[in-house]
Amino acid sequence: MHVHRFEKLWFGAALLLIVAFIATIVYGAAGPGVAMVSDDGGTIDADKVANGNFNQTDNFRSPGVYRENGQVHVYIVARQFLFNPGTSQAIEVPANEQVTFHVTSADVMHGFNLAGTNVNSMVIPGQVATFSVTFDETGSHGIVCHEYCGSGHHTMAGKLTVVSQSQFELAPDADAVEASGGS
Amino acid sequence: MATEHPDNVTDAPGETPEETDESYVEIDGTERRRAFVDRYPNAAQAVRVLFGVSFLSFAVGALFGLVQALHRTGVLRVIASADYYTILTAHGVLLALVFTTFGITGLFHWANTRSLGVAPTSQRLTWLWIGTMTLGTLFAGSTIVAGLFPDIPASADVLFTFYAPLEAHPLFYVGAALLIVGSWIAGVDWFLQYREWRSANPDSRIPLQSFMVMTTMLMWYLSTLGVAVEVVVFLIPWSLGLIGQVDPLLTRTLFWYFGHPVVYFWLLPAYMIWYTVLPKLAGGRLFSDPLARVVFVLFLILSTPVGFHHQYTDPGVPAGFKFVAMTNTMFLLLPSLLTLFTVVASIEHGARQRGGEGYLSWLRSLPWDRPAFTGIALSGIMFGAGGFSGMINAGMNINYLVHNTLWVPGHFHLTVGTAFALTLMAVSYWLVPQITGKRLKLRGVAALQPYVWFLGMVLMSNAMHRAGLAGVPRRTAEPEYQQFSYDTVVGGIAEMQMQIALGGTVLFVGAVMFLAVMLATWTLSPPNANLRVNGELPEPLSTATDSPKVLDNLKLWFAVAVVLVVLAYGIPLYSMVADGILSPGSVPFPV
Repeated sequence: MHVHRFEKLWFGAALLLIVAFIATIVYGAAGPGVAMVSDDGGTIDADKVANGNFNQTDNFRSPGVYRENGQVHVYIVARQFLFNPGTSQAIEVPANEQVTFHVTSADVMHGFNLAGTNVNSMVIPGQVATFSVTFDETGSHGIVCHEYCGSGHHTMAGKLTVVSQSQFELAPDADAVEASGGS
Repeated sequence: MATEHPDNVTDAPGETPEETDESYVEIDGTERRRAFVDRYPNAAQAVRVLFGVSFLSFAVGALFGLVQALHRTGVLRVIASADYYTILTAHGVLLALVFTTFGITGLFHWANTRSLGVAPTSQRLTWLWIGTMTLGTLFAGSTIVAGLFPDIPASADVLFTFYAPLEAHPLFYVGAALLIVGSWIAGVDWFLQYREWRSANPDSRIPLQSFMVMTTMLMWYLSTLGVAVEVVVFLIPWSLGLIGQVDPLLTRTLFWYFGHPVVYFWLLPAYMIWYTVLPKLAGGRLFSDPLARVVFVLFLILSTPVGFHHQYTDPGVPAGFKFVAMTNTMFLLLPSLLTLFTVVASIEHGARQRGGEGYLSWLRSLPWDRPAFTGIALSGIMFGAGGFSGMINAGMNINYLVHNTLWVPGHFHLTVGTAFALTLMAVSYWLVPQITGKRLKLRGVAALQPYVWFLGMVLMSNAMHRAGLAGVPRRTAEPEYQQFSYDTVVGGIAEMQMQIALGGTVLFVGAVMFLAVMLATWTLSPPNANLRVNGELPEPLSTATDSPKVLDNLKLWFAVAVVLVVLAYGIPLYSMVADGILSPGSVPFPV
């Protein structure tokens, strides 16, 4: 079989390009530490989420912002057609420290994206999406549901506000949960 | 040697068939070039029906595309935003499933018959699969459209991906299943044809087009298994109330097990045309037959174990398996990059045969006034751009910036929406005369049409990509929100909206132009006219004769593909079903 010299050269260059692409992704994970949403969040009974029986689950809490073992955790429930919290009141998180989000669905599939950023996850009933973000700047971000979830899908949005650490305060009930040593 | 001669006029290696009296046929007193319709009238009739359904669904799907482009940009809203999703579901299903599947099976029915030189073995079998696919289309299509009428108690506004637990009417799922089962039977039809050819040609290499048809179908069998299990085992019983719940992550994973290979099911028929027809239209020959075989074998092996790259942002899927899918996806670039080389080399060869010279000025010697050539060439150029945005999608890290944003439809309107769609339209200008025996009408309109499509897609797709970078989501009737406004990287949101609306309108004009040419050819052109089109395909410059025989060992390549699928999917699928095949479960949420 005759393989032209240019074909061989092209074949080599193509392989090099592919290996280089894979290398950039490995670097992205190892260097800047871009992590994938994974299976760490565990599974959850979507019925319990829909009925608000969060105390019957071991990997989710009543929607809100908490400090657990010194770290900020945000628990968000997506449902047709709102984020709780996020839609009726903005989610407030501090800048320059790691914030861990836990997002799940009370009904159908949704999406959770801070518009224009790489904070982006599917929200799948039965699964808890867990991911950590450090916001370098204060300011606000729009939250978009980016997966079609029914006839009112285009109304499903919210807001997240990043404040400086000195301005960041947890709601009193959240403090209470921490004081009682909740999960 | 490769048996690429439809009627074995000559057996001299490396030569095009000589024209003989056999190449002409006399009908009603006029002598004309013998076309596919004269050699295989039954196969030609089947291809006509397949193209008919394909183009009809293209017409409806394109109209719905225009409605969406104008609606989501706020330019013109003729429907309520809640109905947008009915229109979007119909657009996705009609174009990505019906227009494609019928167009592809039409192309394959022609290509397999032409290259083997053997008529399909059973007309009843052919009509069985065409009937099954058509029935499926009617079921799925009617339940979707019923969503527009509140009085009809059926609806299927679940989009092309039909993620559970949103629930469509059971007929929608049954229709989708029938469409796929029909395509499976189509494959049987072509393998039987191959078997008949093989019994008469025990030592020959598989003709190239038939090789491409069969490798694509083997890939299709392997990959549609996922969606078949999803629909038949889970969604149909669930929508009928026979089982109470399904696991949304499991059904979604089964969908994407099929959802990426399906794009190769769209693309490979286009590649088949680029490899086997485009060089001839450019005035030359295919550069290398063995390399084309290598490319199709790579697609058979690598197309399926990549589905998790659509699930980079999914919870419940271990990151390691996302990495495996990413690596496989990157290696899938190889056959496409090899295709780029071969296609460009073949076109350049054609241009030089036509007297082209210089490093790049040979481009001017190509037949840019012939719609079959320009359409395929422009679709190839646009696929280059789509390929690059696809490489970005495949990168796990950067994917988080663009997942489910308007970037994604911007990408696939370049691939399925141009590389496939414009190739099918363009090859129709060449092929429809051969399957109807009628000369093409409105040739001036046809000559302009590929440029119109190209222009519309440049406008729409560039703006969609940029809007996606700003975070504008896909699949929404109204992408503007009260809570915030978008920070754009290049250009402004209003400007992008205008380009999307304008581009969508130009694309619709392009679709109408194509349909007008087809309709005029079909209805106005006298039958058995003096055909000018010559359906012979020349031998490649480098033939299959001296390439390794193992390339034609389809059983081996299929086995390798199965092993890779087991490696990529075995553990994650096992862990999803280990906690109960229906749990964590979701009850239906009817739309």
